[in-house]
Amino acid sequence: MEVAIIKYNSGNVLSVLYALERLGVQAKLTDDPEEIKKADKVIFPGQGEASSAMKYLREKKLDLLIKDLDQPFFGICLGQQLLCSHSEENDTSCLGIFPIQVKKFPPLDKVPHVGWNNLENINSPLLAEVTEEDYVYYVHSYYAELHPEYTIASTHYLEDFSALLHKDNYYAMQAHPEKSSLAGQKILTNFLKL
Amino acid sequence: MLTKRIIPCLDIKDGRTVKGVNFVDLRDAGDPVELAKVYSDEGADELVFLDITATVDKRKTLAELVTRVAKAINIPFTVGGGISTVEDVKVLLNAGADKISINSAAVKRPEVINEMAAEFGSQCIVVAIDTRNVDGIDFVHTHGGRKATLLKTQDWAKEVAERGAGEILLTSMDHDGTKAGFANDLTSEISAMLSIPVIASGGAGNMPHFEDVFTAGKADAALAASIFHFKEIGIPELKNYLNDHGVNARL
Repeated sequence: MEVAIIKYNSGNVLSVLYALERLGVQAKLTDDPEEIKKADKVIFPGQGEASSAMKYLREKKLDLLIKDLDQPFFGICLGQQLLCSHSEENDTSCLGIFPIQVKKFPPLDKVPHVGWNNLENINSPLLAEVTEEDYVYYVHSYYAELHPEYTIASTHYLEDFSALLHKDNYYAMQAHPEKSSLAGQKILTNFLKL
Repeated sequence: MLTKRIIPCLDIKDGRTVKGVNFVDLRDAGDPVELAKVYSDEGADELVFLDITATVDKRKTLAELVTRVAKAINIPFTVGGGISTVEDVKVLLNAGADKISINSAAVKRPEVINEMAAEFGSQCIVVAIDTRNVDGIDFVHTHGGRKATLLKTQDWAKEVAERGAGEILLTSMDHDGTKAGFANDLTSEISAMLSIPVIASGGAGNMPHFEDVFTAGKADAALAASIFHFKEIGIPELKNYLNDHGVNARL
């Protein structure tokens, strides 16, 4: 199986590569459109700031490519936010796969939301064998709103937000599966099986 | 629900763990990667590696270690010790560290916090503050707590948060090594004052101390070294204890 990890101006993509290695999969970190197109699975990780990431994706025409893919696609952290339609982070127009707004947490408690939180309202094959007792690792200040159709799990921190999303071949997760111990490992394994 | 984090800290010198560690089941107790795996499997929420090497080859050795750790464990980890420039941070993040922590370098030149946060994002910049109470006033100390500064701890904590620190690692030098409990009053004061998470460190001796620092101390995470290394407290039993006492911990 060929897994492509989209290479762009985002921090710490290596940890996703290493997490897949632990599952016995040698993924390829690449920004080559042909390699991404022919991969069986595509992972779109992310850490950083939305507007500079979108700017980079547009310059490299990766935005058009991402919207055009039909294999299982997994956006992680900033990758999830960029798949939504708009982010409050520097008022950024995003890829629009999910018709969802990305908002900043209200300053009612500590922001960013850092640490381990559990998943609720789980409903997807991507989350097979994952329960509400499972915790995943978060570090983020912006979140995707809930959507009646596309939210496949939620998490509560100040608000209920979309922990994971799914539409057609596109999946997305706000937490870091690559840093979420056994729960994260299950989710990555499930994704590879899709 | 967001849980309180338990963070073992490993001291590293020349790529090896220092201080005795009482892990008889390890093939090589001096190998930080083996120890990291044990803690990660036992349910530690994060790890901190504190490098105390003082040689010029330091950065290279440390970066190699960071990559080995990143390949081996599936929880986040922070690397600290002697980090002073944006370039230092870049090397360690590119090697696979999730966060870095800076201490003396930030006291020496506070702007470096802004520079690092702008370059890599606040989420990976932890500012470590060593504090000691002198005649009733809390002052920031550097160089492992030996060197006093004129900075008041509360003022400095506020400043580093404003400059873009993502988290604060607050070590009470008065409590460190005493096993008499964390500095709950100061931790609580700083945690309540700031909108970023505070990791409490120094003084852990038993399980109620952790409960106290999360309740009275309002800490978001608690860090300890020797009580974990010497297996005086096991991470699973600590987390069960916390859950039984109304403090949410990840099991």
